[in-house]
Amino acid sequence: MSATTSTRMTGLLAGYDFLDSIVDAIEGLKKAGFKKITAYVPYPEHHIEAALGYGQSPVRVFTLVGGLTGAATGMALTVWTSSLWPLVVGGKPIIGMPAYIVLTFELAVLFGALATLIGFGINAHIPDLKPRVAYDPEFSAGRYGLWVVVPPERMEEARRILEAQEPAELRVGEQEAADA
Amino acid sequence: MATVATERGALTHPDVHQFDEVNKDIVKILSRPGKGWWALFFLLGAGVLLFFGSWAIQLWKGLGVAGLNDPVGWGVYITCFVFWVGIAHSGTLISAILFLFRAPWRQAVYRAAEAMTVFAVMTAGLFPLIHLGRAWHAYWLFPYPNSRFIWPNFKSPLIWDVFAVTTYFTVSATFFFLGSIPDIAAARDGSTGLRKRFYQVISLGWRGTDRQWHHFGKAYLFLAALATPLVLSVHSVVSWDFAMAIVPGWHSTIFAPYFVAGAIYSGVAMVITLVVPMRKVWHLEKYLTIKHFDALAKLCLVTALIVSYSYLEEFFLTWYGASVVERASLWNRMFGPYWWASWTMLTCNMFVPMLLWFKRIRHSIPALWIISIFVNIGMWLERFVIIVTSLSHEYEPFMWRLYRPSHVEAGILIGSFCWFGFWFLLFTRVLPPVAISELKEVLPPPMRKMRKAEEAHP
Repeated sequence: MSATTSTRMTGLLAGYDFLDSIVDAIEGLKKAGFKKITAYVPYPEHHIEAALGYGQSPVRVFTLVGGLTGAATGMALTVWTSSLWPLVVGGKPIIGMPAYIVLTFELAVLFGALATLIGFGINAHIPDLKPRVAYDPEFSAGRYGLWVVVPPERMEEARRILEAQEPAELRVGEQEAADA
Repeated sequence: MATVATERGALTHPDVHQFDEVNKDIVKILSRPGKGWWALFFLLGAGVLLFFGSWAIQLWKGLGVAGLNDPVGWGVYITCFVFWVGIAHSGTLISAILFLFRAPWRQAVYRAAEAMTVFAVMTAGLFPLIHLGRAWHAYWLFPYPNSRFIWPNFKSPLIWDVFAVTTYFTVSATFFFLGSIPDIAAARDGSTGLRKRFYQVISLGWRGTDRQWHHFGKAYLFLAALATPLVLSVHSVVSWDFAMAIVPGWHSTIFAPYFVAGAIYSGVAMVITLVVPMRKVWHLEKYLTIKHFDALAKLCLVTALIVSYSYLEEFFLTWYGASVVERASLWNRMFGPYWWASWTMLTCNMFVPMLLWFKRIRHSIPALWIISIFVNIGMWLERFVIIVTSLSHEYEPFMWRLYRPSHVEAGILIGSFCWFGFWFLLFTRVLPPVAISELKEVLPPPMRKMRKAEEAHP
């Protein structure tokens, strides 16, 4: 990975006005064996995710681990601090589980939420204040974007696949990072 | 070969045809504000000064400037605390719970509702500090090993509250910000100059790639799943601040669901109060259609019925329970010196919202707006009635005293509304107040094959 990050990669950046165009273009590119495909979508679109073939997001592991850590922390904090000062008040048990469930629950949610945020950041590469990917401002408005890394010898083939779906625009672009 | 479905569920926005139309309409709101905005800005700014000025007087002279005294130790401040935490709840209901239920009308209102949540919790969070008197000792509430290694009493509902409210603020702010990221990126792409730089930084480099959306969707889903039980727990915990005590009028097991329903009720009313002027001023009629208001009104009606049921349940159980003290407390509540608060509360919360049964009323925006104001007033008074009348009339007759809010408390009460409004006003100009990307989810996606078919057979 580190060997490729410094090199610049050329590729094609296409913008489509229609959802079926970009889905067909992605399927065409995948069939021809292109691997490094990035789609830009103005909203979460499951058809594009399905065309690109995504599995489970590892964010869920972050949420689970965060939640369990929070619950363990809440339980440990309440039980440990009560047993540090074992003074019976109002005839109640030193370790009063029903009361401690509240704190355990709140910390489970708190840690779970923060871990989810961290998991999202790590997996989606955010924050990324100086993105080095090919991009067009239209992609957050109404246009579907498609960026594909193409070796120079296959440029014509990729261009043909993209043009078959009538792109609104098509240009050659460059990007620095290999992992966009 | 196309694997794309050609239709999408409910058409909630029949007048929005193009995706980029949404961007233009919403990003336009973020442009230079008009005179009305500035007038409101200075008015609310003055209210914020009133808020902090009153608080400063109290800090300088001591808690004695408030009308609090034995036995009514909890007055306007705690009423405001419960009220503002309650207001927050419907934001999370709309953004998280309706997200999990896939309600197609939430998209247009949820960003404003969520912002309302964050600012309402910010407002609520100040009240325990104000109520403390010596606010600089607030950190005693937090668990930290102090010099004698004494920890907070984790069996106390007040400490649960600290955890519930701080968690709620953190999680709702996280949820709000995460959901805003794609829209901030849209605002970045639609603006120039210094604004663009600002949005560039706070959009954290969002580009809307498939990979980003994939993880975003999951993170959003899990946050919604965490926020849903959280929101139910927060007002339950707030209600236990009362229900765990043996004060007549407080000591009741239905308090948790009763408070949660009341919270959502007041919050939905506040959403209507805020969204109606937004729609008018920025001409958002095609995004916030009558259908959206109809749905909000129905939500209001459902929660009004739950709250009304809780009132009746309270009356019934006080009679059926045959506890002399409880009966005396209820009688005092309805016919004692605070009768006006109780009856105004019942009118605003139980009777006026019954107008929402009529479709004509639900479809009339001015009528809805007026009803929402009634509910806001009623729900504030509900907390006042629960807290103040119960404390003023406990067990021993020689301890019955009346409570009258002081000028300082009135200043802080009015100021808190201005403080909340001030943040909301700033929000409408800084962050996109309507969810741009999520609106597109409920719009039919543009399809080339359908377009071609239309061109062939017009």
